[in-house]
Amino acid sequence: MDKKNNLKVYQNEKTVITVNEDWCKSCGICIHFCPKKVLVSNEKGFPEAKNIDDCIHCMLCELRCPDFAINVEKKEKTVEHIVNQKGLED
Amino acid sequence: MNNSITQYFRKEMFPHIWCPGCGIGIILGSMLRAIQSTGWEKDEVVMVSGIGCSSRITGYVDFNTMNTTHGRALPFATGIKMANPALKVITVMGDGDCAAIGGNHFIHSARRNIDITAIIINNMIYGMTGGQYSPLTPTGKLGSTAPYGNIDQSFDIAALAASAGASYVARGNVFDVNQITHFIKKALLKKGFSVVEIIADCPISFGRINQLRTPVQMLEWIKSITVAKRVWEGLPEEEKAGKIPTGEFLDIDIPEYTEKYQETCNRIQQGRREK
Ligand SMILES: Cc1ncc(C[n+]2csc(CCOP(=O)(O)OP(=O)(O)O)c2C)c(N)n1
Ligand code: SF4
Ligand code: SF4
Ligand code: SF4
Repeated sequence: MDKKNNLKVYQNEKTVITVNEDWCKSCGICIHFCPKKVLVSNEKGFPEAKNIDDCIHCMLCELRCPDFAINVEKKEKTVEHIVNQKGLED
Repeated sequence: MNNSITQYFRKEMFPHIWCPGCGIGIILGSMLRAIQSTGWEKDEVVMVSGIGCSSRITGYVDFNTMNTTHGRALPFATGIKMANPALKVITVMGDGDCAAIGGNHFIHSARRNIDITAIIINNMIYGMTGGQYSPLTPTGKLGSTAPYGNIDQSFDIAALAASAGASYVARGNVFDVNQITHFIKKALLKKGFSVVEIIADCPISFGRINQLRTPVQMLEWIKSITVAKRVWEGLPEEEKAGKIPTGEFLDIDIPEYTEKYQETCNRIQQGRREK
């Protein structure tokens, strides 16, 4: 997890989830209604993308956030990723 | 932030003033996504509001905006649209703003079928002033002025708009967020008076007194009382009580007011020239 001001960035090879902790008001909507339980509340009530590997990019957390504080981005596949997937490397 | 709707923000105004979990922010997001999908330039769009928590929306967006007096968004919007019919005019009103003090303006805007999109943020209460009941507070719910339960019947604002003469009428709720974006887009593109009523949560002024204290409880409740129109139509009468149908109620093409006005002007001028 990288920290950049109060913008928290969570990522794996498929997904980037950012939480703007300056704007988040800890309402809990994104956490409660995520269909895959990707998000958990930290001690301040801010969402943390603990289970980011389960994210299906449904975007509901971002669309329902009343404070424009959470963002989900699907990473475009890299050439290496596609090549590896197809087993064309050898 | 790489979210492209932020291009419409007055960024220096954020974070916004609304309480944690307030549905107004969810609706603001939907409105901006809908506007973005039309491809309209910011300078073509005019957003007009009245007074209330909902009406503070106009302070956060980088369109031509006007925050007017309580209940009077539609008269101001009508003036703007009549002066320059090419503008895309949108009003944002709370349920009190639209249906109580502004109720008369609302039905007459629909009757004229003027090309304005009216977004009604129905949180079922006067949010800003501390939870007085509104004409859209459900019967039996509590308000600071109805501590023993509201005995009034509430308006069906969608049916009211449709019977008063509007062109497009839909109702959604903040939980089904993609659906409201879709309805708002259709309303924006409709020529004529278009209405989208959105059931929204106000965890503070409505939720606290009605034992729905958290935004999550409020959204779960909204989810439980809203039913898709086609399902609602099939329910037995006793099960309809306390439930609110959502969906599209009207989508028709009828003559629009500014066009009729222009035609009248053209006809009179033509007559004068021929004399
Ligand atoms: C002429 C006038 N009467 C009363 C008020 C006080 N007042 C301010 S906001 C409001 C009601 C707000 O409720 P609503 O329109 O439902 O919007 P919300 O705050 O719930 O979004 C009232 C009565 C006022 N500002 N002006
Ligand atoms: S995009 Fe969907 S699955 Fe991913 S974190 Fe958000 S709500 Fe959960
Ligand atoms: S929905 Fe938005 S404001 Fe609410 S907890 Fe999640 S990120 Fe924070
Ligand atoms: S009082 Fe209600 S409507 Fe107003 S900002 Fe707070 S939650 Fe939203």
